Amino acid sequence: MSPMMFDLLLTGLWETIVMTGVSGALSFVLGLPLALILFTTEKGGIYENVALNRILGGIVNALRSVPFIILLVAVIPLTRLIVGTAIGISAAIVPLTIAATPYFARIAEVSLREVDRGLIDAARAMGASRWTIVREVLVPESLPGVISGFTVTLVTLVGASAMAGAVGAGGLGDLAIRYGYQRFETGVMIAVVVVLIILVWGMQGAGDWLARRLNHR
Amino acid sequence: MADTAFNGADMAQTGPIVALQGVSRRFGDRPALQDITATIARGEIIGLIGRSGAGKSTLIRVLNGLDRPQAGRVVIAGQDITDLDEAALQPIRRRIGMIFQHFNLLAQRTVAENVALPLKIAGQAPAARRKRVLELLDLVGLADKADQYPAQLSGGQKQRVGIARALAPDPVLLLSDEATSALDPETTHSILDLLARVNRDLGLTILMITHEMEVVRRIAGRVLVLDAGRIIEEGPVARVLASPRGDTTKSLVSGLSPSLPADLLARLAPTGEQALLRVDLTGTAARLPILQRISRLTGTDARLLHGGVGDVQGEPYARFFIALGTADHATVAQVTADLHPLATAVEVLGHVPHDV
Repeated sequence: MSPMMFDLLLTGLWETIVMTGVSGALSFVLGLPLALILFTTEKGGIYENVALNRILGGIVNALRSVPFIILLVAVIPLTRLIVGTAIGISAAIVPLTIAATPYFARIAEVSLREVDRGLIDAARAMGASRWTIVREVLVPESLPGVISGFTVTLVTLVGASAMAGAVGAGGLGDLAIRYGYQRFETGVMIAVVVVLIILVWGMQGAGDWLARRLNHR
Repeated sequence: MADTAFNGADMAQTGPIVALQGVSRRFGDRPALQDITATIARGEIIGLIGRSGAGKSTLIRVLNGLDRPQAGRVVIAGQDITDLDEAALQPIRRRIGMIFQHFNLLAQRTVAENVALPLKIAGQAPAARRKRVLELLDLVGLADKADQYPAQLSGGQKQRVGIARALAPDPVLLLSDEATSALDPETTHSILDLLARVNRDLGLTILMITHEMEVVRRIAGRVLVLDAGRIIEEGPVARVLASPRGDTTKSLVSGLSPSLPADLLARLAPTGEQALLRVDLTGTAARLPILQRISRLTGTDARLLHGGVGDVQGEPYARFFIALGTADHATVAQVTADLHPLATAVEVLGHVPHDV
């Protein structure tokens, strides 16, 4: 492989990491509260509000059913509004975040559901306010599961960011399409795939390690 | 401790800790509690016993305001909580400790953090919390486990953490919801001993909710029997155990008192060589030389076939199955007449052969 290809590969890797990292962080910050709202507003929840629950659940389901490649194109006007351009890394972050947030919210909701109901009852019996229950019980008790779910979300984002490469967002996906696919440079294609495999392995390993470390159950 | 309407200064220092007046609660058309009137005196250990579905859980939830009765009043330490809103109930709940069958400890927090949780909820400063947590862990004998996680503890140790946590905010009342039901008999005893010690040393009022009469027998002074949402029997444990009135109470008590083993039951007949008597005795009467007394009356040896002497709150409580050496009606009548003033119950069950 030529030094130029190596540089391209490094740049692509960095761009993929930036896209995945920034949209991952945004979807964590937006998705966890969304998961908490979905979980606590359902029937019998501590902030029971069935109407709000239905509306939010419907929006989440709708966003999750749109194929990412369609979403990518469909949100271009919004992307322009937010970042001022529809191409490049920062432009890709908008659709990636929009796709990953409801995805992660559903996964985090499952982890919240696994928190023993007895703990919520115990906290209520101790005179905890609802917000205290969220802060002291729901979030800390579900954290290991939430971390595992976030790892899954990040891995999915790596794949999605490769698709974003197709609309000129850069990253490893862009590299694989332009050089590996359009110029028939099989070596580049293989190199990109190997780098992606190592990246995903590393992320999954780090996520598993963190979740294990945090889990005292 | 946060300054609330429910702190020491405002709380009634006399009168019952709990007063329920005509409390009723129904779920749809299923009545869970029907016209419950009861009081729990300061410093007592009171048992609330009933089968599953009798309304025990609902009663607990009514006591700490997690559930609202549709009729009646609930008064805790002199304060009527029936119509309080959620925000006003929270400080009251902070002064009602609760322990659970499945412990309900936070799995991701250390023992010390679990015990500190009610103090954190009450807004206590970290330094004061740490000091109190160490005191409490010392009290329950787990000072060396402060930094471990619940998963590393045995069931008995988890319940000790639960007790320490319940005691943390210096409660006026401790609710124990089947707290020993998931524990083995030996661990159950040590937990009950701990609760009895807490009651004695801290003067803490304890309501023991259970389906096991054994638990009530060991530490409660008074018992309420709940069946289908009603209190069907109420009184000192020794009295209720010795002479249960309702069928439900009888069946709850039956496991504790010896009953006739199968081989004897099989050979029990309306007529036969020797009359078989069941004799229940409480207090000092339980320790009388009852066999000699009967033998002297009948002129033949009386045989103890089954039964024994147990203990209810330090009071001896006995049930004997005694075969008289005779089946003669006049003699049997004489024996029962003689035992009647001593015993809480004397019953001729039937007759057995001399060789059983």
